[in-house]
Amino acid sequence: MTLVKEAPVRPAGKRSAPPAAGRRGRRRENLAGYLFMSPWLAGFLLLTAGPMIASLYYAFTSYNLFTPPKWVGLDNFTTMFQDPRWQKSVEVTLKYVVVATPLKLLLALGVALLLAQKRRGQGLYRAAFYMPSLIGASVSVGFVWRALFSDDAIVDRTQKVFGLDVGGWIGNPDYVLYALVALSIWQFGAPMVIFLAGLKQVPQELYEAAEVDGAGPLRRFWNITLPMISPVLFFNVLLESIHAFQVFGSAYVVSDTRCGPADATLVYTCYLYQKGFKEAQMGFASAMAWTLVIAVALVTAVLFWSQKKWVHYEEAAK
Amino acid sequence: MTTATTPVVRAEGERRRAGSIAWHAGALLVLAVVLYPVIWVVGASFKPSKDIIASLDLLPTEPVWANFSGLADGISGISIGSFFWNSLVYAVLAVIGVVLSSSLTAYAFAKIRFAGRNLLFTLMIGTLLLPYHVLLIPQYVLFRNLELTDTLVPLVAGKFLATEAFFVFLMVQFMRGLPRELDEAAKLDGCGHLRTYWSIVLPLSRPAIITSAIFTFINAWNDFMGPLIYLNTPEKYTVSLGLMMFRDQEGISNYGSMIAMSLVALVPVIAFFMAFQRYLIDGMATSGLKG
Repeated sequence: MTLVKEAPVRPAGKRSAPPAAGRRGRRRENLAGYLFMSPWLAGFLLLTAGPMIASLYYAFTSYNLFTPPKWVGLDNFTTMFQDPRWQKSVEVTLKYVVVATPLKLLLALGVALLLAQKRRGQGLYRAAFYMPSLIGASVSVGFVWRALFSDDAIVDRTQKVFGLDVGGWIGNPDYVLYALVALSIWQFGAPMVIFLAGLKQVPQELYEAAEVDGAGPLRRFWNITLPMISPVLFFNVLLESIHAFQVFGSAYVVSDTRCGPADATLVYTCYLYQKGFKEAQMGFASAMAWTLVIAVALVTAVLFWSQKKWVHYEEAAK
Repeated sequence: MTTATTPVVRAEGERRRAGSIAWHAGALLVLAVVLYPVIWVVGASFKPSKDIIASLDLLPTEPVWANFSGLADGISGISIGSFFWNSLVYAVLAVIGVVLSSSLTAYAFAKIRFAGRNLLFTLMIGTLLLPYHVLLIPQYVLFRNLELTDTLVPLVAGKFLATEAFFVFLMVQFMRGLPRELDEAAKLDGCGHLRTYWSIVLPLSRPAIITSAIFTFINAWNDFMGPLIYLNTPEKYTVSLGLMMFRDQEGISNYGSMIAMSLVALVPVIAFFMAFQRYLIDGMATSGLKG
């Protein structure tokens, strides 16, 4: 946690110039700067900016990898919007984002509040809760999930005790997406740790003052904790929803490799993968990718716009 | 303590103890749910295949080794060790690439004042939010045209070119926090940037570098989409693809070995996590506060 305190964000480029920096010195600094960052610069041009331009071009072409791309204008987009499977993938993805993200963050915040109290074994709990965030992305855990949620396995049997017989979530189109949601929620450790770091920054005097004024725990949470951690909450909402839009591995492994049954877990990127790499429709897949970029950009913009209303930045904070 | 404790103090102490018990009960309950799948996979790997789904017991009634010894046969003539070796090579190369390229780039952003720095930094941060999928297809076309598919090059090239903005960002934030007096003193002593980077900033940035290295290793080890798209020959498959192959070939009949291999595949990640969890958790926490 020392990192947090010792590294205040310093506005870049606002420092006074070193005394000896003449024009030659400045030119040398420029050269050194570009030399040091040449790996990133090369990577940015070759693997990010270049490909972005290429995929924008492909989005307006018909391209199967074997013959050169053929310009088709907006065809990919019009076909895409009318494609029932594409519509299904949008629906599935939105459902996943809207259900998984708030639940995951709620659990993360709840556990962070629990762990923010000074108790014995705090560090141990924190570590244990964080672990799923690291192993959750692996194919191994995908298999485990399949086993836990399949017909007659633990989840199914527990449900039967309550009289709910669905025959396992994995094979049931109405339930299988929620197995993925559960897998996402299970990885609540990463946002939890960020919440914890935020909670540690809240000045204790505020709580003491509020207590003197007779504010109960609920009121203290609502009027002190929540506003004080709102920047961290904002960061978590932003990051987790963007990640949720891009879910792939778990949908591919946990349901079957076709993201079924009955396209029930056909998340956006799974359809993109099928179109691009199974059917070699690179143009269509690129159009899909750009639509995703626009959707993510919109969500980001809306979140940034909304933060004026609910994110509290302390002006005086250093 | 033993003598006159007033009733008020005693009541306070009891209330605190009750609070503590409630706290631990709550934390343990969450812990039980969170760790259940992990314990389940350990138990299941020692169960006979037919019991894995059907048995409700967390641990096997009579542990069997067959699931693990079955792994020695490999999958359609490929030994399990081959998958692990491929994953190891991928992960180690990824770590070397990320640490080298990201620390150099971070040094430039944090310690050198050059024209265009702010604009480039904004671009770098922007790539953090960019969905990877928009780059997937053109990158695939690029590497295919270079005839580099079915090699590790497409998987690690980006790591050597600092495309993982998260780690650059982590290191920049860390390097900015280092006392400026240090590199100014080095400059007065006649150190160039290369010297300052190598002898002063890099050693001091160890926590950020270790965090990035461990995250990179684990991400590469878990990576599924990259190998799925780029690797075609089973001999070159990483553990993730090996597991999928196992499932496709053996299916439900050999559930035990599949679960055993899942467990073995998790071992490096869990071991890394246990050894370095402090760094990982602090690294994660730092990134959130700087967003």
